Amino acid sequence: MRSLRLAALILLAAAQQASASGRLVARPVRLARRTASHAAQHMVMLPAGRYRPLYAPPGAERVAVAAFALDREPVTAGAFLAFVERHPEWRRDRVRRVFADARYLADWPAATDAGALGAQRRPVTQVSWFAARAYCASLGKRLPTVDEWEYAAAASERATDATADAAFRSRLLALYAGLGRQTAAAAFVNVYGVRAMHGVVWEWTLDFNSVVLDDDSRATGSGADARDRHLYCASAALGATDPSDYPAFLRHAVRAGLGARSSTSTVGFRCAADMVIS
Amino acid sequence: MSLHIHRPHGHTVAQTLLALLCALLAMLFTFSLAGCNRVADAAPSSDHTAVPVRVPNDEIVGQEVAVLTEAPNVPPAITRTHATRVIVNLDVIEKTMRLADGVDYTMWTFGGSMPGRFIRVREGDQVELHLKNDKHSTMPHNIDLHAVTGPGGGAKSSLTIPGGESVFTFAALNPGLYVYHCATAPVPMHIANGMYGMILVEPKAGLPKVDREFYVMQSEFYTHGKFGEKGLQTLDMEKGIDERPTYVVFNGAVGSLTGDKALQAKVGERVRLFVGNGGPNLVSSFHVIGEVFDNVYTEGGTVASQHNVQTTLVPAGGSAVVEFGVEKPGDLILVDHSIFRAFNKGALGMLHVSGDDNAKVFASLKGLGGTH
Ligand SMILES: [Cu+2]
Repeated sequence: MRSLRLAALILLAAAQQASASGRLVARPVRLARRTASHAAQHMVMLPAGRYRPLYAPPGAERVAVAAFALDREPVTAGAFLAFVERHPEWRRDRVRRVFADARYLADWPAATDAGALGAQRRPVTQVSWFAARAYCASLGKRLPTVDEWEYAAAASERATDATADAAFRSRLLALYAGLGRQTAAAAFVNVYGVRAMHGVVWEWTLDFNSVVLDDDSRATGSGADARDRHLYCASAALGATDPSDYPAFLRHAVRAGLGARSSTSTVGFRCAADMVIS
Repeated sequence: MSLHIHRPHGHTVAQTLLALLCALLAMLFTFSLAGCNRVADAAPSSDHTAVPVRVPNDEIVGQEVAVLTEAPNVPPAITRTHATRVIVNLDVIEKTMRLADGVDYTMWTFGGSMPGRFIRVREGDQVELHLKNDKHSTMPHNIDLHAVTGPGGGAKSSLTIPGGESVFTFAALNPGLYVYHCATAPVPMHIANGMYGMILVEPKAGLPKVDREFYVMQSEFYTHGKFGEKGLQTLDMEKGIDERPTYVVFNGAVGSLTGDKALQAKVGERVRLFVGNGGPNLVSSFHVIGEVFDNVYTEGGTVASQHNVQTTLVPAGGSAVVEFGVEKPGDLILVDHSIFRAFNKGALGMLHVSGDDNAKVFASLKGLGGTH
């Protein structure tokens, strides 16, 4: 049943993608095979579309996002524990320091103990970008790009893009100010079926800081400039597509503050997957 | 500066005017480029006020850890006569605090109290600032000290994630009283949530001796609930953008300087107030009811530029130092004389003066409060 439903979703997404790109014929779309069964359970298909990034490339206020699949919820501590057990090189007592700082999983009672069941159901935090990336790869997935993440996060329960809605913004600010006070289970599910994009944990993205893809972010020399170009003082408002989109600024600042080894109590992640057109 | 009298080096009036015009244009250009960064480069100057390009060349002797104080207290005057390395340990802590009776607000603080800890260093010191962000924080934070000559006033080097620490050093080149604040995007939100404090860079010669020094900082809060509405209040961004504050307060809360918490002085003492304004939006018309400022160091500069002042402006992101002797027992009332703010939004504090009465200073002869 599940896989039938997944197939239907995929076709739907394909149709939407085709119409978005102006093609008339829907092409079959599928996820990489080893992701498929996992995806049916844990992932949601998002159709191709456009969204308005905080800092848009010159000449285009909205950028295109291809169809992709995204985890319904942030990865839980329990799921991450299973990963660590399968891949002991990611245990906190074995991880290489270049891949995670000293606070990596430091809140766990032990290297292979993520705490009581309640704690295991919560989103995992204190994981580095490297570890998050490895987790996703172990399931044939990857981290979502900033564009994908923001595209999914722009949705409210009813609208695919609620970012210009003052009430939605205000709600996000309140959620962020109380980050972690609400559980993922209590967080709202958006119109795509994605839960807890706001106010539970901040989330890693593949290209959270453009430096990271060039070097492993241990270097701060030339990268530091690009990284905080927009980050301090009123100059942050220069070039922003909407200087009143405070929630977007907050997310931007969070990403900019992170290095790829950073393991903090407020940052978790979820995975994404390509939709492969065959 | 009078344009028509002075003719240095035999220039014509037209030449002088042209030079002034160029200087003005150059200044405008410099400012527009500088944005919020301070620039060390000298602006074009007149003959009377040469602009130094400062070079930190004081010999740094030893090191010490700065004593930071909670408002309204001020660290003791510096008695050192040499420059030193001063370690400043500032911790960013997000915590729910009282904004008014029955009203709470999750403040983002420098040091766990409101406003941020007062830092006192000496002109010429080498300051090593350690900014730690509490591991329970939800946001990254940084610091921009207006006393700093350098990128973003330090902000560029200090973006710090929860649980992290940033360290940078700067030379205390310019003496004066300066505001510091968080400058993480979106800056208005970080400031609206309480991220400001003050740093005093004492001139090498020190400040004139007084008997009492206090730290008073004005700021606004923009809440969803109206003034006095109970419970945990959150930031109303729309009110912030519209510059319609719900609260205007001294030292982070309604009543932080009244009742038991009133400032205290005795008749015959000299009082100095280090007055700051965190904003984020309003300019303060700072006034003390029942006193006249004997000296005002306008905008927190180092010259007692004015005497016998009733009300002084304190810009958002700026300061003023006021000094006065207290001659009469009673309660002096600190207000923002944009008076609805004092009456309806909380901008009111008290300085209680105790001691012997002096009827020559003031005496009520007839009326409700009369001395009979
Ligand atoms: Cu901040």
